[in-house]
Amino acid sequence: MQHIVSILMENESGALSRVAGLFSARGYNIESLTVAPTDDSSMSRMTLVTSGTEDVVEQILKQLNKLVDVVKLVDLTESAHIEREMMLIKIEAIGESRAEVKRLADIFRGNIIDVTDTTYTVELTGPGERLSAFLQALSSISILEVVRSGAMGISRGEKTLGL
Amino acid sequence: MELTGAEILVQCLKEEGVEYLFGYPGGAVLHIYDALYKQDDVKHILVRHEQAATHAADGYARSTGKPGAVLVTSGPGATNAVTGIATAYMDSIPMVVITGQVPTSLIGNDAFQECDSVGITRPIVKHNFLVKDIKDLAETMKKAFYVATSGRPGPVVVDVPKDVTGQSAEYSYPKEISMRSYNPVSKGHVGQIKKAVELILSAKKPMIYSGGGVILGEGCQQLRDFTQKLGYPITNTLMGLGAYSATDKQFIGMLGMHGTYEANMSMHHCDVLIAIGARFDDRVTGNLEKFCPDAKILHVDVDPASISKTVKVDVPIVGEVVEVLEALIAGIDTSESKVDTPALEKWWQQIDVWRAQDCLKFDTESDKIKPQAAIQKVYELTNGEAYVTSDVGQHQMWAAQYYKFDEPRRWINSGGLGTMGFGLPAAMGVQLAHQDKTVVCITGECSIQMCIQELATCLQYGLPIKILNLNNGFMGMVRQWQEFFYDKRYSESVMSVAPNFVALAEAYGHVGIRVEDPKDLDAALDEAFNKHKDRLVFIDVITDPDENVYPMVPAGAGLNEMVLV
Ligand SMILES: Cc1ncc(C[n+]2csc(CCOP(=O)(O)OP(=O)(O)O)c2C)c(N)n1
Repeated sequence: MQHIVSILMENESGALSRVAGLFSARGYNIESLTVAPTDDSSMSRMTLVTSGTEDVVEQILKQLNKLVDVVKLVDLTESAHIEREMMLIKIEAIGESRAEVKRLADIFRGNIIDVTDTTYTVELTGPGERLSAFLQALSSISILEVVRSGAMGISRGEKTLGL
Repeated sequence: MELTGAEILVQCLKEEGVEYLFGYPGGAVLHIYDALYKQDDVKHILVRHEQAATHAADGYARSTGKPGAVLVTSGPGATNAVTGIATAYMDSIPMVVITGQVPTSLIGNDAFQECDSVGITRPIVKHNFLVKDIKDLAETMKKAFYVATSGRPGPVVVDVPKDVTGQSAEYSYPKEISMRSYNPVSKGHVGQIKKAVELILSAKKPMIYSGGGVILGEGCQQLRDFTQKLGYPITNTLMGLGAYSATDKQFIGMLGMHGTYEANMSMHHCDVLIAIGARFDDRVTGNLEKFCPDAKILHVDVDPASISKTVKVDVPIVGEVVEVLEALIAGIDTSESKVDTPALEKWWQQIDVWRAQDCLKFDTESDKIKPQAAIQKVYELTNGEAYVTSDVGQHQMWAAQYYKFDEPRRWINSGGLGTMGFGLPAAMGVQLAHQDKTVVCITGECSIQMCIQELATCLQYGLPIKILNLNNGFMGMVRQWQEFFYDKRYSESVMSVAPNFVALAEAYGHVGIRVEDPKDLDAALDEAFNKHKDRLVFIDVITDPDENVYPMVPAGAGLNEMVLV
């Protein structure tokens, strides 16, 4: 099963490679990973999407916790949470497909953020599944480039991941 | 007080009580060597290869419980140290390794003797640091020692660019340190302790299985109290030998691949397994599917990640071994339940039947020297009180089987990484820490050649180590596997060219003795241990080349499927 792990860690050079190195050294999966400093610039917040059996995921969480740079972490999948991902997608937009792309972008509540005579660039934000559904919907149209941010997540309600 | 970075480093080592710094100089660390030159508190031990510096610091740490300290230069100095760092990491040994680095302005330029030491060592350290600003130096050193020695210990690398050691800054050493991202647990969870006590006292066929964690956590006395209070059988892992007295009647030997028949059979048939400071290593469990099929398992460990890593446990307790064992003992004392004495008596009767197999017997009539006999003889000569280091191979297993350790920190070997070349340099660290004690390095003619250059270091510092070289003309352990599993195709495991070790020892200024006939063994060892008490003696013992380590759990088998002879 897929798990979204949110990690608060020291904003030190090398912290990211400790996490990445742990995954490759122990043969764990990383499906996506995003990281940036928080409002407190001494800390970074990472969201990591991984998958595995319950035992493997339990080990992943323990091993991550063991990293000296990791301050706190939570497996968001264990309780109610919100997941968001951003996608930038450049699509061929000529002839009939030009109108179709616009229509689909509207349906999926995407924004067209760049236009040329032959292309549209669409920005779409939402749960990963919705981004994938958009790509599916475009299947008959020529996609030129896709950039996905990887998932970010936060718990619902008053729960926070902080010091 | 304004000090240079180099002086700050030396000052930090002093503050941490470092007696010996094992190292080797080079361009990137010349400022530090200059600072060392100007003081006498921290004694520098000049090894002949950086690998040996890390093993020596490791031996020092294992035999004292204090962190080892190492200083090497950038590039090749750091890469040479890697094997020793990985060795310490696998066995959770506290160590701080300072690596020189090229000046900050050159980092990333493929400068002379530059390598990414932090990157290379990342997977084999508990933590590492690159100090780019002299203002962070003292605090980083404090953190390094704190991280290396607390929780589950391990090696920490501090990479220091040359310019940082040359600049000056105000120095003060932090008295206390806390890190928001690092908080090792100490006390076990109260609810879990209760459950554990009930489980322990419900046992009809109990088994205590303890590992190196008990020694690292200084919990040997508590382990003894706990075990004796219960009257339960106990086995130790290779790393845990000495935590419980090997000559006590409740001790049923080491377990695992070359453990005793009685220990492995008891593991397999127990109904409650009490694992303390052990990590269910694959050399211990054998085939996981067949491991302890009927047992409920209690696991005490300071590292949460060790729990349920390979074997699912029923009652986990995360905490320092001393605190958890004390809580368990108190819990047993106040519990309504009691040890099931009749069941325990029956269980011991069964164990005694397994014991009667006498699985460690060997041919004492042979006209070749049996390695087991040589080790037994050394055991007798040293009253079982020596510090024994070993390398890796058959000799290591025989040492573990035939030298009966009654005290912790006496048996020093590379269990996790299995590093050939560990024995001699480790013995240097042990001998420096225990100058008036007997230190024996039990090795093989292949392993000893991996760090043989350290014979010079031993002469320089007057280290009277006794090297017992069990010379079978083979990479014995490799040969044994090839005999069993590759139809005796001894591919590259024959050591057909070995030096004349007696001449070699003498060339390095030591005493060399060679013995080939079992009749001469006693006299040779007596000469080595008694006549040449104050010298390093290299005892080259020519042993039976066909001898194998028994008993053995073949790969893929369960612990109850041992091959006896
Ligand atoms: C650095 C290193 N290289 C290779 C090995 C694999 N290995 C394990 S035991 C062994 C043979 C050791 O031979 P020797 O030191 O003569 O000891 P013996 O088994 O004969 O007692 C080898 C090559 C190892 N453990 N370490």
